[in-house]
Amino acid sequence: MASDLMSFSDLAPAYPELLLALGALVLLLLGVFTRSDNSLRIAGIAIGLLVAVLALVVFQPAEGVLFNGGFIEDGFARYMKVLVLAGAAFALILSVSAASTHALDKFEYSVLIVLSTLGMLIMVSANDLMVLYIGIELQSLALYVLAAMKRDSAKATEAGLKYFVLGALSSGMLLYGMSMIYGFTGQTELDKIAGTIQLTPDHIGVIFGLVFLVAGLAFKISAVPFHMWTPDVYEGAPTPVTAFLASAPKVAAMAIFIRLLVESFGGITPQWQQIIIFLSIVSMVLAAFAAIGQSNIKRLIAYSSIGHMGFALVGLSAGHQVGVEGVAIYMAIYLTMTIGLFAAVLSLKANGTYVEKIDDLAGLAQTRPYVAAIIALMMFSLIGLPPLAGFFAKWHVFVAAIEAGFYVLAVIGVLASAVSAYYYLRVVRTMYFDEPKLEFAAAPQELRVVMAVTGFLVLAYYFTVAGPLAALAHGAAGSLF
Amino acid sequence: MTISAHILTYVTFLPLVGALFVLIVPGNDTVALNNMRRIALVTTLVTFALSLAMWAMFDSSSSEFQFVENYEWIQNSIGYRMGVDGISMLFIVLTAMLMPIVILSTWGSVQNRVREYMVAFLVLETLMNGVFATLDLAMFYVFFEGGLIPMFLIIGIWGGKRRIQASYKFFFYTFTGSVLMLLAIMAMYWQAGTLDIRQLLKTDFPPDMQFWLWIAFFASFAVKLPMWPFHRWLPEAHVEAPTAGSVVLAAILLKMGGYGFLRLSLPMFPDASAYFTNFVFVLSVGAIVLTSLVALVQEDMKKLIAYSSVAHMGYVTMGIFAANQLGVQGAIFQMISHGIVSAALFLCVGVIYDRMHTREIAAYGGLVERMPRYAAAFMVFTMANVGLPGTSGFVGEFLTLIGIFQVNTWVAAGAALGVILSAGYALWLYRRVIFGVLEKETLRSILDLNAREVWILVPLILLTILFGFYPAPLLDATAASVSALVDQYHAATGMVDMGMVADAVQAAH
Repeated sequence: MASDLMSFSDLAPAYPELLLALGALVLLLLGVFTRSDNSLRIAGIAIGLLVAVLALVVFQPAEGVLFNGGFIEDGFARYMKVLVLAGAAFALILSVSAASTHALDKFEYSVLIVLSTLGMLIMVSANDLMVLYIGIELQSLALYVLAAMKRDSAKATEAGLKYFVLGALSSGMLLYGMSMIYGFTGQTELDKIAGTIQLTPDHIGVIFGLVFLVAGLAFKISAVPFHMWTPDVYEGAPTPVTAFLASAPKVAAMAIFIRLLVESFGGITPQWQQIIIFLSIVSMVLAAFAAIGQSNIKRLIAYSSIGHMGFALVGLSAGHQVGVEGVAIYMAIYLTMTIGLFAAVLSLKANGTYVEKIDDLAGLAQTRPYVAAIIALMMFSLIGLPPLAGFFAKWHVFVAAIEAGFYVLAVIGVLASAVSAYYYLRVVRTMYFDEPKLEFAAAPQELRVVMAVTGFLVLAYYFTVAGPLAALAHGAAGSLF
Repeated sequence: MTISAHILTYVTFLPLVGALFVLIVPGNDTVALNNMRRIALVTTLVTFALSLAMWAMFDSSSSEFQFVENYEWIQNSIGYRMGVDGISMLFIVLTAMLMPIVILSTWGSVQNRVREYMVAFLVLETLMNGVFATLDLAMFYVFFEGGLIPMFLIIGIWGGKRRIQASYKFFFYTFTGSVLMLLAIMAMYWQAGTLDIRQLLKTDFPPDMQFWLWIAFFASFAVKLPMWPFHRWLPEAHVEAPTAGSVVLAAILLKMGGYGFLRLSLPMFPDASAYFTNFVFVLSVGAIVLTSLVALVQEDMKKLIAYSSVAHMGYVTMGIFAANQLGVQGAIFQMISHGIVSAALFLCVGVIYDRMHTREIAAYGGLVERMPRYAAAFMVFTMANVGLPGTSGFVGEFLTLIGIFQVNTWVAAGAALGVILSAGYALWLYRRVIFGVLEKETLRSILDLNAREVWILVPLILLTILFGFYPAPLLDATAASVSALVDQYHAATGMVDMGMVADAVQAAH
């Protein structure tokens, strides 16, 4: 097939990915050929690289389809890429202070994060099932290694292995679904699949393939009933890795989930709507109840993220532009809350070790009021209490569900959020109502900055970013319809 | 542009600015703590002055929204919209008036975590003013629900022994009720295409939709008000909350429920309101009679006052759903009056709690011998609680009773029973605490009101008596808006009785 590329400037829509790939290789070489205690410097360069790519995505308006229809850069992709890159950069910042404790002070750590981020960018821009699969695998393989990076820890190794086995299973399902789609439509390009489906809607084979695709992607966003790995992996992996796992990959997986369903299967929306509604309801409800019994803050966050994916799916289930807009806003706010929460969790150091048990947070409000305030703020925001950002996230997805007429889904959703308030409040209660037990060390400077930034965004969301973000999400969602 | 263009923004968000200043006061020594208290007091006083200026500039002959600000913000849905009419304006003044008193009342009694305490109350004031000032339905929810965060912390951190259970109960009752309202708001948005309350007031919702929307709003307001039998969270929250928390809870947070019925349920869903009127009447009379009986047997002073609050709110719902000029005006008056009187009663309990650290009625007796000034103040508020003519409590109960009498005499008869019962529990409480022989050793050295406490209580005494003899300022301010509301309601439900409305307007002036 003839190439559609005549000159280097034709590659403009893919510049960010090219830069990131090149940067990853340079980082790898730098890491190998410089002194051995270079992990911090490499991390610094990696953060700079991610920020540079972010700037490129924001300021470089070239959009279009490349590589024989395999790669697409549109408003939606750029919106999601900004989130992914910001999430990755912040996750790297979070790991600086905790690297040595968690055995992450190796240059490979930064390189793997950058490679994983590259995989996510490819996922977000995938316009072909093959490209999509390559992106997902690049992203996942790097994540498996990251989860098991703390080699001496049995828990981390277990987490890595568990993640790998279940991740491989989900990839298998994804591939199986893709092969069925290809078999029945004869296409792998997303828009061409849509064209074929238009001709023969309700083809049972296509729906079979769709189900497998959805199951595979539900693994990646850890929606119930494909969530089993999440609590164990979140708990076992080193905390900075968990922060990364919980933020950027979720955004990327949600992005491709949306693109796939809306772009390829927009013609049979009612078929996948019922699956998404089911995933959404069970995720919200199960997470709300299962998190109540957790005593480890990382497991709690794991269940919380399962629940939040359920809430995000409420928006997707609506299946129209308002819904996609809602999910886009939801993911941005979810990312901010997650980063802020992990910055606070990584600041909890007492007697030289990181505190993970919720009961040990007792009286934190009196010993470390700033960190406690940030955790409380994030908890209230995760509940969805106004005027914090989390409320507006829920507003946007539920407003879409109401417009689509899914009243039962909406009622179950808000009641689940009321139940989930119980476990979020338990953290607040422990910090604010109980008497201090442990002496906590002061938070490192860079974590304070991250907490301040995310805390400000969550607290002043309505007055600062609400309007512009909604406009951006509107534009992003508009490019899919 | 003069100050009046943005006065609602100032009144609403000034406390937030004060909270910011409290946050940045350096140090934690006595001087710093006093500075925090002073900043909070000055902020609330300035806010109060601004709210009075707003009242002065308010044109009470108009039923339109005034001081309107209207900006689109999040796409075409949520905007920044402010404005008040005769129904909402007085609640802002009430909030702004009580906050300096609340701050002053904690001057000596709260010593730990003063910074957080002041910040919580200032944030709460912003949220409460916002509820009454906003004209955007989503922002109404934001302010309405946002108050949960500071109040949860206030009860949980500075509360009594069983504070954690109380704070959880408060949170979950209110939150569960409110999320359904949130969905109703969304449904209204898609139906009407706007969240501007002024537009929504003119929108005709289909009757079957009104039915569900009314129930969703009722779930939220009935818990907040609270109406019997959704009141279970209230006595516990009141008992465990610190004095200032109880005051804010009783005086203002409860009024949000009544305000919600008036601003949203009645005018926006007239058909459903008419359909549910008898249901509300039954619950109202149930509240008045049953909770009054429950109040009779309470051993804890705060719990007794809490139950009496539920009973008094029964008059409010009854008056609102009587849906005539006198009933609605009486309900608003009753809410303002109850805001003053219940606040004062909780402050009175706080005075002796600070000295003896118990709220058991049995632990007191014969206080009049040692505390004559306190006995006098407590008597005024007890009488107002009973509804003695000459106090503000009488006017509200009387107006709502007249209003309901025009609609349903049986309900009026049942509610009148509550007047007798309230005299029973309130006078008995007074008798057991203040009169009798001073037998308990610990009480012999108890001191009378100090200067600060006098400063707190005297304004409330003056207002209670002033509005008892001269209720006109409040009634004039509400008349035009209420009559517009009532007319609109009757026009929508097709039960226009012009004679009745005209009589009512006549009587109100």
